[in-house]
Amino acid sequence: MSEAKKYNAPVTNPETAPFWEAAKAGKFMIKRCTTCGEAHYFPRAICPFCFSDKTVWEESSGEATVYTFSLMRKSPTGPYAIAYVTLKEGPSLQTNIVDCDLETVKIGQKVKVVWKPTDGAPLPFFTPA
Amino acid sequence: MTIKGKAYIAGIYEHPTRHAPDKSTAQLHAEVAKGAIEDAGLTKDDIDGYFCAGDAPGGLWPMVDYLGLNTKKLRHVDSTETGGCSYLIHLGHAAEAIAAGKCSVALVTLAGKPRTGPMPPRASGAEADFELAYGATTHNAYGMCAMRHMHDYGTTSEQLAWIKVAASHHAQYNPHAMLKEVVTVEDVLNSPMISEPLHRMDCCVVTDGGGAMIVTTPEIAKSLKKPLVRLIGHGEAAKGPRGGKDLDLTYSAGVWSGPRAFEEAGVTPKDIKYASIYDSFTITVLMQLEDLGFCKKGEGGKFVADGNLISGVGKLPFNTDGGGLCSNHPVNRGGMTKILEAVRQLRGEAHPKVQVKNCDLAIAHGTGGLLGVRHAASTCILERA
Repeated sequence: MSEAKKYNAPVTNPETAPFWEAAKAGKFMIKRCTTCGEAHYFPRAICPFCFSDKTVWEESSGEATVYTFSLMRKSPTGPYAIAYVTLKEGPSLQTNIVDCDLETVKIGQKVKVVWKPTDGAPLPFFTPA
Repeated sequence: MTIKGKAYIAGIYEHPTRHAPDKSTAQLHAEVAKGAIEDAGLTKDDIDGYFCAGDAPGGLWPMVDYLGLNTKKLRHVDSTETGGCSYLIHLGHAAEAIAAGKCSVALVTLAGKPRTGPMPPRASGAEADFELAYGATTHNAYGMCAMRHMHDYGTTSEQLAWIKVAASHHAQYNPHAMLKEVVTVEDVLNSPMISEPLHRMDCCVVTDGGGAMIVTTPEIAKSLKKPLVRLIGHGEAAKGPRGGKDLDLTYSAGVWSGPRAFEEAGVTPKDIKYASIYDSFTITVLMQLEDLGFCKKGEGGKFVADGNLISGVGKLPFNTDGGGLCSNHPVNRGGMTKILEAVRQLRGEAHPKVQVKNCDLAIAHGTGGLLGVRHAASTCILERA
């Protein structure tokens, strides 16, 4: 595992700035549509399901299960595990599984959010729960 | 309105190079354009439609200018960019334009130099801040699809390896193929792991080069000397995580583009004599075969095993030029070469060792972008007229 991996700071924009502000306080936010009730990720102003503009921020539990992953062995920065995890609240998202023995990552494994610093807002990653 | 039978592929050319340190990207576009125009028996001044994608240096108008297309005649252009399947979509759009009378001789070009020149960076969308840091690459994005397919359906690395084995059996007869050596299932399994569960031999080649085609009206095609090949069905579609709801990486947008093309053509997968299937990775082929209806979802592993994709051996000869896995994957975009080999098969111009007997109906299908992230798909059904 590469301990000192450097990540670029998110660029952010008016639509997603509240996500990154909350991230600085360690809160992992998703968006939920108050019209159709569906949660989604990454956050949009307009619901990608029913196209309503009545979407609100909601703090996620940060608890998820691994939907799939691939251990990338050929990488100039060292091996890493790219994955999709499915949040307890419903949406699935792309991430890396970090801070663990990468050989033990499994589909269905319980994971939780963990933050990695950048020069700006921190980035969400997931690690075994 | 349908495009069925409204457009013919009258000229094709695949650049023989796989390594072009001594050429420019624009030059490769010009060389493949020249090759396709000459194959059709036409001249540059006959071109009144031009199609290119993200690999064209500077985009559409700089290419039109560089190629010296006759701008007094040129009346239809299209720079639809959907990664590797752009050229399959161009074929469908060219047929639409021809059917609508917007052009009569369309040129489509693809070329580039990923081995010997800089590649344009992959464009990213609104997801950038939420995904780029995680290092999705072609290898691991397709690795994630394969991993989940294995989990859900019991697909094995041995089954995936059969796809590469079949491609290698075909590539041995292609003098231009980058990899001509016949390989075994064991060879694939013993090749280095790149991104689990995909080995090096599960991955396509990276090549400089390109290809081009001429799409034209039935009348013009019939006035030329080449065997007649026409488009009778076309479909296109896109798929992505869409907010993360009901994520399922075991199928592609081919589940939508395929049926659209088959319906327009009025044929079924059972009727197909030859299949060009995008093979960026072995898992790409397996998922596409399921999505297009050549077998049931989850049964792709069984379908591709034991040489079933080898011409003269199995039930569905595929990628008889050696495909992207062994022959050519110019600019990391495999859609054009899929069309070119399908046309060779329908013309009876494939290598005698891999030529499918009485090949009168073929499919060319591809995806563009990353199957495990967001992608487009396009399906073309081609018929010998």
